[in-house]
Amino acid sequence: MGQLPRTRLGLVDYKTMFEETEKILDSINVHVNPRTIISSLSVAQQEMVAIGKMLHIKAKLVIFDEPTALLTNEEIEELFKIIRMLKSQNVGIIYITHRLDEVFQISDRVTVLKDGIKVKTVNTNEITEDELITMMVGRKTSDMYKIRRVEHGNTVLKVENLSRGKAFQNISFDVKQGEIFGMFGLVGSGRTEIVKCIFGADKKDSGDIYINGERVEINSPEEAIKKGLAFLPENRKDEGLALDLSVSININMASIDKVSSNGIIDWKKSHERAVGLVERLKTKTHSIHQLVRNLSGGNQQKIVISKWLAQESDIFIFDEPTVGIDIGAKQEIYKIFEQLIGQGKSIIIISSYLPEVMGLSNRILVMYEGKIAAELNPKEATQEKILRYATGHEKS
Amino acid sequence: MLKQKEADLKKQKGYGYSKERMSLLFQTYRMLLIALGMAIILTIVSPSFLTVNNLRNVALQISINGILAAGMTMIIITGGIDLSVGSILAIAGVVAGRILVVNSQNIVLPILIALVIGMLLGLLNSLFITYGNMPPFIVTLAIMGITRGFALIFTAGYPIWDLPDSYIMIGNGRLFNVIPVPFIIMIVVMIITSLFLKYSVLGRNLYAIGSNVEAAKLSGINVKKSLMTAYTISGLLAAVAGIILSARMRIAEPMAGSGYELDAITATVIGGTAMTGGEGTIWGTFLGVIIMGIIRNGLILLDVSSFWQQVAIGFLLLMAVLIDCLKRKE
Repeated sequence: MGQLPRTRLGLVDYKTMFEETEKILDSINVHVNPRTIISSLSVAQQEMVAIGKMLHIKAKLVIFDEPTALLTNEEIEELFKIIRMLKSQNVGIIYITHRLDEVFQISDRVTVLKDGIKVKTVNTNEITEDELITMMVGRKTSDMYKIRRVEHGNTVLKVENLSRGKAFQNISFDVKQGEIFGMFGLVGSGRTEIVKCIFGADKKDSGDIYINGERVEINSPEEAIKKGLAFLPENRKDEGLALDLSVSININMASIDKVSSNGIIDWKKSHERAVGLVERLKTKTHSIHQLVRNLSGGNQQKIVISKWLAQESDIFIFDEPTVGIDIGAKQEIYKIFEQLIGQGKSIIIISSYLPEVMGLSNRILVMYEGKIAAELNPKEATQEKILRYATGHEKS
Repeated sequence: MLKQKEADLKKQKGYGYSKERMSLLFQTYRMLLIALGMAIILTIVSPSFLTVNNLRNVALQISINGILAAGMTMIIITGGIDLSVGSILAIAGVVAGRILVVNSQNIVLPILIALVIGMLLGLLNSLFITYGNMPPFIVTLAIMGITRGFALIFTAGYPIWDLPDSYIMIGNGRLFNVIPVPFIIMIVVMIITSLFLKYSVLGRNLYAIGSNVEAAKLSGINVKKSLMTAYTISGLLAAVAGIILSARMRIAEPMAGSGYELDAITATVIGGTAMTGGEGTIWGTFLGVIIMGIIRNGLILLDVSSFWQQVAIGFLLLMAVLIDCLKRKE
């Protein structure tokens, strides 16, 4: 792209283009037909092609921004091989990540940034992971996931034999009041699809949903919200926020009924509620009229959470709540979890980061290819065991 | 520093003027300054600009565009577009006109029928857009053609004359013998739509939909209902404009209002409404309509060929969008 080979007539020289492409892709061990349309490739393959593009322009400095967010472990290995190869060819590399293990695997020097300020740059081999975390949060965090638990109450949400086409089949589970219920599975295991279906965003084929013991029909998010459900989508920018609207409008978006009567909005009331929630979650924003686009990832996520706190929902579904968020903000979000269950709310958390689901959840539902692989108690399970279920190596 | 921020936040309590709000205010007033500047220049170079007669003319000229642009603003805020307003304007005019020719005693019923037709056509647009999941551009383009066709079929291509005097007053009457009735209708329409966008849940939801339709859906906003409301209102306003235009011209024409949708879009965009949706005000559109009106009027007063009007307004549109896009790039 931007470098198309030309024939003498100035037209695109397709033959050379495809040959060149194949050569480059071969050199990084990617076997994809050069004619393939990008969108039909897997995420990993797409990323490899992007790297191929850099090789083609003979870059001297390559910046990777969270390159492994959507890759499997094997694919990450493959990526690291390429990065090491680039390094050996004297290409400079800036690698941005929130995964600490990757920092130690791939980097020579590491710079820690916090709230837009550089904390320190150190040689990677002179520092431990704990020290690095301390630098990032400004305090020690050996007990990241320790939160105050509460006694569980009645079953608030029960799902029976829920199925939707190929996405997932025969899903049954229940969530109790005051519980944090974890869902774990690899990308494509159907976890997001299940909660979207419960939330009424997708139609179900069969199965029943009970809320507080009562069978409910939920056909739209609108109805789900009235039943006390809240959903924080995986991709907050695409599905969670109206980026070009203000903090205040976003916070009141799901609970507009609470600040309006007869369809007329009480702006004073809605702004006051927004200010209250901004202060309560310590969201960093200049004002409630700030556009959400201008906030950092962690603060944006706090806005999405505020939106549901404003609606005073009972069952919170968090889909990957801490992706792309720094450790400090993560901890604050866990604090909110603690507050929520303390108020007798229930939480379903989906995460592909195992230590997080294991550390937070009371029970974990492990998914594999649209089916339940196991329901486990995280205290009795090991990471290895959960992964074996999630990859279909072990069945219950 | 943190304390300072917290104090700021407290001080605001929703009513302070943050940087964003100030820049938004500046943006709205920038248009006002342009409009005033143009008016001042015209007053200096042309003695006939600042006369009751001329200003009344300008007010009359911009009324139709203003009414259409108010509806267009709502639609563009949702991220959509309505190309059918010019055709709906025509069919509303000829339907009302035809009934009036048959029975000139009662003017209320024909007007109501015309308004209902406008609403139904707007609703039809929205049904295809929401339930058919079709792009608004294509739907309203098709409805524009179909509606224009029916207006021609209905009249066999001939204009309708002999409209009753009571009807003609709608387009030619004056309040206190000074302010043209169409201008008053435009102001009323703009005040109502402006209040609707600012204070009603439905209006506010239009911004949410335009900014991010997925997030709006997942926040429990009924997107279909909101879009149906917006397009129905746009259809209704087009019909209002159709009645006023036929009354003013004393003739209901099947080809009336062709190209008016583009004027309405131009005024809306000059007024700061983002074509991408989620942003825009009726106040801005009002200024856009006035600026277009002053340019047209000014060029006529200065005896510049009417062909240059097109050039000037096209140029202004380019500049307005350019400023917006450059700002966005920052």
